[in-house]
Amino acid sequence: MSRVDVANVTKKFGQATALDDVSITFEDGGFFALLGPSGSGKTTLLRTIAGFYFPEAGTIRIGEQNVETVPVEKRDIGMMFQNYALFPNMSVADNVGFGLRVRKVPAAEEKRRIAEALELVQLGAMANRKPSQLSGGQRQRVALARAIVTNPRVLLLDEPLSALDKTLRVDMQIELKRIQREIGITTIFVTHDQEEALTLSDRIGILKDGRIVQAGPPREVYDRPVDAFAAGFLGEANWLPEAALAGLSLPVTAAGRRFATRPEMLSISAEAPADGRNAVKGRLQQRVFAGAMATCLVEVAGQQWKLVARDRDIPELPGGGDVWLAWDPADTLAVPA
Amino acid sequence: MTRSPLVLIGKIWLALILVFLYAPILVMAAMSFNASPFYQLPFQFSTDWYAKMAGNQQIIAAAIRSVLIACATTAIATVLGTAASVALFRYDFPGKRILQVLLFPPIAIPWLITGTAMLVFFFAIGIGRGTPAVLIGHVALALPYVIVTVSARLSSFDVTLEEAARSMGANAWTVLSRVTLPWIAPGIVAGALFAFAVSFDQFVVSYFLSEPGDSTLPVLIYTAIRKGFTPEINAISTIIVTVSMAVMFLAARFSKFGGSR
Repeated sequence: MSRVDVANVTKKFGQATALDDVSITFEDGGFFALLGPSGSGKTTLLRTIAGFYFPEAGTIRIGEQNVETVPVEKRDIGMMFQNYALFPNMSVADNVGFGLRVRKVPAAEEKRRIAEALELVQLGAMANRKPSQLSGGQRQRVALARAIVTNPRVLLLDEPLSALDKTLRVDMQIELKRIQREIGITTIFVTHDQEEALTLSDRIGILKDGRIVQAGPPREVYDRPVDAFAAGFLGEANWLPEAALAGLSLPVTAAGRRFATRPEMLSISAEAPADGRNAVKGRLQQRVFAGAMATCLVEVAGQQWKLVARDRDIPELPGGGDVWLAWDPADTLAVPA
Repeated sequence: MTRSPLVLIGKIWLALILVFLYAPILVMAAMSFNASPFYQLPFQFSTDWYAKMAGNQQIIAAAIRSVLIACATTAIATVLGTAASVALFRYDFPGKRILQVLLFPPIAIPWLITGTAMLVFFFAIGIGRGTPAVLIGHVALALPYVIVTVSARLSSFDVTLEEAARSMGANAWTVLSRVTLPWIAPGIVAGALFAFAVSFDQFVVSYFLSEPGDSTLPVLIYTAIRKGFTPEINAISTIIVTVSMAVMFLAARFSKFGGSR
């Protein structure tokens, strides 16, 4: 287990710059999610840390060792791939034991450690199966056991849950978090699913166009995004039209700034609120019932706003009529324009 | 109801194909066990021709020669072809497409033309006729078959398997021997069997490139037929057909496995 320091790393593919002067630190034992749209460089960053790519500039340290010129097979990492990449010609036990055999671990110890790893992912009974005889979730667990059995310094996960259906995915998220806590391994996780990033990680890094936009604990990134992209990518943002700013109570001066609210911070009513909270007027377009929660789509000065609340907290409203959306001034997001 | 005449025609068609393909071979095989040297009936079972054949030093020498050349061709073509397939699969380099396209003409060009061209070329560069020329010729003919079968298998190979192996600490050799080769093994076996068959059954190129008195089995048979036909030839031909069919049957099985799983 080690911390990972990436400093001023630039990686180019031909003319295209995939990573542009990226610096970021992954703390020892932390669970770090790299989040970004496709083409943002998140996978490139993960693969550069893994050692599949060598950066044109910058340094990468795993623990105390500079590794930017060390090939992947000498970096002592564990990696899990999107498609699991299990060896089809080997049994589950042989898949898990591959890294141990490469390291010439004595047979008895190899057997014990394979058993331990399979126990950890609750697949002890499947040791002699072939990957083709396993379900998607089971393959996933085998891939995880295989990635951690060698006690690597860092665990790298490349969208490992994206191939699973929703229910299984939530189960695996909980499972992954449990195992990560249990062995305390530094984990870097690439995903394009913001909910997954929020659920799993204790730090999030948002990437865009090969640069880190913002890195920090999920709550901090969510509550205090540094720019409009971060505000819109992690969670949803309702942008305040400039015309509506007058008369609102704002956390900072309006000059050179844009303001937004989160859908769950809003309340909706037919009359203007009299409690001194911020409020804007809009036209109710749609109310969508989704069990426990409901979503309202409201047109505010030509822009579409979204409100999410418990269905019982939303009053009966006339469709197509004027409504007021209100929120606590402290819940206003402010980013540089 | 309307389909039944069509089905019938189809069945007759299939029967005719099988008859014209295999009846001559079956007749030949039968005659190799007939005591009469003039194909006289009634059939009298005898293994005399096989005994005679076994005592014919020329035939035995040619057979050993054929097998040795086929084995050498198989070994060389399989190693070179597999290496070439892996390189074509793994790397991008200028002229790669052209190289891949150039692999197919040797399969399509008549062997007669290839053989003539090789003979002219080998004399021009000083190799001339003889066993080295035959071996080079056979390898050149067999190589495309190996590359095509191994490449077909490789096209379904998932490169993240290699990445996964490397992430677990495997060096290039371990990745190749433990991950890549096991996956393409059926393709390699099928390619090797094709290479063996191409060499063992090769007449035209061998005929042009081998020195008189140093001929392979197909060349010897051709020469023998020109001198006068004996059921000895039936006997040796029956053996060749049996071996070739067994090899092709195995190749087909392996390349079929190559497609699935």
